[in-house]
Amino acid sequence: MLAGKVALVTGGSRGIGSAIAKLYAQNGAKVAINYAGNDEKAQAVVDEIVANGGEAIKIKANVSDETEVKGMIKEVIGTFGQLDILVNNAGITRDNLLMRMSEDDFDSVINTNLKGVFVCTKSVTRQMMKQRSGRIINVSSVVGISGNAGQANYVSAKAGVIGLTKTTAKELAQRNILVNAIAPGFIETDMTDQLTEDQKMQMLGLIPLQKLGQAQDVANVALFLASDQSNYITGQTIQVDGGMVM
Amino acid sequence: MSDTFEKVKQIVVDHLDVEEEKVTLEASFKDDLEADSLDVVELVMELEDEFDLEIADEDAEKIATVGDAVNYIESNR
Repeated sequence: MLAGKVALVTGGSRGIGSAIAKLYAQNGAKVAINYAGNDEKAQAVVDEIVANGGEAIKIKANVSDETEVKGMIKEVIGTFGQLDILVNNAGITRDNLLMRMSEDDFDSVINTNLKGVFVCTKSVTRQMMKQRSGRIINVSSVVGISGNAGQANYVSAKAGVIGLTKTTAKELAQRNILVNAIAPGFIETDMTDQLTEDQKMQMLGLIPLQKLGQAQDVANVALFLASDQSNYITGQTIQVDGGMVM
Repeated sequence: MSDTFEKVKQIVVDHLDVEEEKVTLEASFKDDLEADSLDVVELVMELEDEFDLEIADEDAEKIATVGDAVNYIESNR
C-alpha cells in the first residue's frame, strides 16, 4: 500500500509508534524512526524491519527543538531522497491532579506533545509542498475529546493537536497535503502500564467493546490514512477507542 | 539588476502561471498577480533555492512586489 513512499515516525522506538513504523515498512515504505532517548529500542525496531526485508534508519532528536528537527528532516531526505508521510506520535505523560501539577509538568508535556507536532509539521511542509503531495498523521488521544481527571497537561496538548490538525489541513489542502489525527483510547503500551489497577478497571467499564486496544489497532488506521485509500479525507480525527467516547 | 529580474520573472511566470507582461517590478504578488498567501510562501521558497540564499520569515513577510523580491536578492547575495 505504501510502496515507494518514505515515512518519518516520531516516537517510533516503542508502543504505538513502533507498531506504525513496522506496519508501514511491511507495506513497502522506507521508514525513519525518530526517538528521544532509547537508542537500544529504536535500533531493535530498525533491526526488525531490516530483517524482514525493509529499509529503516533511526534518528535521535527532540521533537520540540526546531534545530534538531530540521537536522532530522534533512537526514531523512538525504538518505531516502523524499518524504511523503509524517506521523507525529512522540508523546509523554506527567499525570497529576491540577492542584498538584507543577508548572514544569505542564510545560514539558505541552512542549513534547503539542509544540513538537507544530515544529515537525512546519519542518516537513516545505518538502511536501515541493512534492505536491504529503500525508501528516497526528496521534492525539480520546481524552483530548472527553477530558480526563489527572491529565490537565496531556489533555490540553491532545485537544490542541486536534485543532492544529484541522488548521494545518485547511492551510495545506490546496497543495494536496492531507492532515488527519487519530485519537486512540485505552491502548496497551508502556504509557498505559503506568496507570494503576483501579484506573484500568474503571476505564474498562467505560469501553463498550470491553477490552483494551492494541497498538496494531491504531497502526491499521495510520496505514489507511497514509495510503491512497483515504484520498478524500482531511482534517478529521478518527477515534480508535472501542467505542469509549461517542 | 536586470539579470536578477529576468530570473525572478521566469520563476514567477512558471509558478503563478501568469502572462510575462504582467510581471513588472511594481507588480504586487497578491493584488496584480493573483497569488494567495501560500503561493507567496512557496515562491519565496523557490527563490531561496534558485538564488541559494535563506530569506528570514520577517524579511519574507515584507516582500510584496516583484521589485521587493529583486531588491532583496540583489542586496543579500
